[in-house]
Amino acid sequence: MTSTTTLRPAHLDLRWFAVALGLLAGAFLIGVVIGPAHLSVGGVVRSVLDRLPILRLDSGLTGRQEAILWEIRIPRVVLGGLVGATLAGSGAAYQGVFRNPLADPYLLGVAAGAGLGATLAIGFGWGGGWGPFAPLPLAAFVGGMAGVALTYLIGSSAGRSTLSLILAGVAVASFLTAIQTFVQQRRSETLREVYGWILGRLSTVGWNEVLLLIPYALVAAIVTIAGRGLLDILAVGDEEAASLGVAPDRVRAVLIVIATLGTAAAVAVSGLIGFVGIIVPHTVRLVAGSSYRTIVPLSLVLGAAFLIGADVLARTVVSPAELPIGVVTAFFGAPFFALVLRTARGTMS
Amino acid sequence: MTLEASGLRVRYDGHTVLDGIDLAVAPGEWVGIIGPNGAGKTTLLKALAGLLTAEGTVRVDGADIEGLSGRRRASLIALVPQRPVLPAGTRVLDYVLLGRTPHAGPLVGFARSDLDAVERTLRRLDLLAFAERDLATLSGGELRRTVLARALAQETPVLLLDEPTAALDVGRQQEVMELIDELRHERDVAVVGALHDLTLAGQFADRLLLLAGGKVVDEGHAGVVLTPDTIRRHYGARVRVVDDGTGGIVVIPVRGHVTDRTDAASR
Repeated sequence: MTSTTTLRPAHLDLRWFAVALGLLAGAFLIGVVIGPAHLSVGGVVRSVLDRLPILRLDSGLTGRQEAILWEIRIPRVVLGGLVGATLAGSGAAYQGVFRNPLADPYLLGVAAGAGLGATLAIGFGWGGGWGPFAPLPLAAFVGGMAGVALTYLIGSSAGRSTLSLILAGVAVASFLTAIQTFVQQRRSETLREVYGWILGRLSTVGWNEVLLLIPYALVAAIVTIAGRGLLDILAVGDEEAASLGVAPDRVRAVLIVIATLGTAAAVAVSGLIGFVGIIVPHTVRLVAGSSYRTIVPLSLVLGAAFLIGADVLARTVVSPAELPIGVVTAFFGAPFFALVLRTARGTMS
Repeated sequence: MTLEASGLRVRYDGHTVLDGIDLAVAPGEWVGIIGPNGAGKTTLLKALAGLLTAEGTVRVDGADIEGLSGRRRASLIALVPQRPVLPAGTRVLDYVLLGRTPHAGPLVGFARSDLDAVERTLRRLDLLAFAERDLATLSGGELRRTVLARALAQETPVLLLDEPTAALDVGRQQEVMELIDELRHERDVAVVGALHDLTLAGQFADRLLLLAGGKVVDEGHAGVVLTPDTIRRHYGARVRVVDDGTGGIVVIPVRGHVTDRTDAASR
């Protein structure tokens, strides 16, 4: 066998990854610098580098500016990045396991289920407290799991096609939203909080939300990255995947649980932010190819960059007021979704 | 024997679709599975591949596949499905590389040796020039070869084929069948192929297994199994059977009344 082979299997193109990291760094910087209190780019960069080991720099920022940077701006940008990465990564995972380019946490009832769970937690005041096992994210998680399970059961009983799955998702989401609205009306004293939560917002109290989301986001990202090769195998269908030695049901179960875990945690801290899970993986698919070896890592990085960027718009468009970030992502997401529908119409049967 | 199955029985919703099949295939041997629609050909292949729950045993090189992990099983038995799922936007190379899954382990990723195995297979099947092409741009014959390449990249001692020539023109049919014939000798692979086309079955398989209603109703060399009587009985078809002059059998469908003279001459 000559070793002159030039065959390159599908892999993560490092140039694309560098571009994605560049976008993320740019979004981070813009997200941190923009705001009512002026912070200079140089000062921010020096202050961040100063916190890294080894380097010792004088940021030139005042004590108040340092506090704004580290207690307000950076936590918010980091939270946006984590939520964006988790939603985009989960979107990619859902699209892979359902073999459906249109699958998205929003369409499959996960978000609606998590919304119901969170509304119950807020409405009935099931205890505050922050941390990964606080009642709000747990309730959102249980709701999200129930939502996707219902969608999957109804969708597969109706023939398991792309169309039946999407329709089942619509039905489940409507049903859960109806219950959520009912609970919300009964508990009108928490209406404002619940409403603000539903429209999506990245509001932070120091690093609390970031610390809450980090374990979920990390686990979801790591498992999805580890499973990216399996997603490519699932693309040939369950029976063929089994004939290649992969247990499709087990893979699907693990990845759905993980993606739902991530989505539910993200929804718990940031509310319902739609379309990130579909815009980002689809853009990646269009520019960098259809292998999940590429889609998963790029979606994670670009999802973070995208949501940080959307948050900048949410904060600046009607400044000093704020738009709910879910409004910004939907504003860009809805037209994009229409475009995806157009290009995917040949594969929708 | 490379592949041995005994007492294979499969039930769906209370009725038996495969009823006590015994089968043994030697290395390099090609057994053709024939039978009318719904006879259980595809079910038999899936049962042999361990893809559905069946009573009875399937052994490969003496090992019962029941006790093996999915990965180990996939390194012993490859299946070429009748209607493979071809994911949009996938290149030939990446598709064929999926055949290396049981060797690579899905979490670890593919090694140099996997790429080499794929390259060998692509070269052997004249697909190297197509390696970078999207599956969607291939013709029917090229697609069949690509799906076959994925199964061959698995490098298994057993190769199961479900209608490998479905939807191909007569030239591509011969091409694929000749290729399988060469490969089974080169690699000493035990081949079991469900075949619709009785002539191809008669020309290429060493032995035929005629299934009807989930049971083996006839078995043996093509000259013994492919008789107008048998075919009329199980397929409800009127045919003439001719010796092709090279030891193969040609089955010709005819209209109206048939005389069995040609059949008698070929015996």
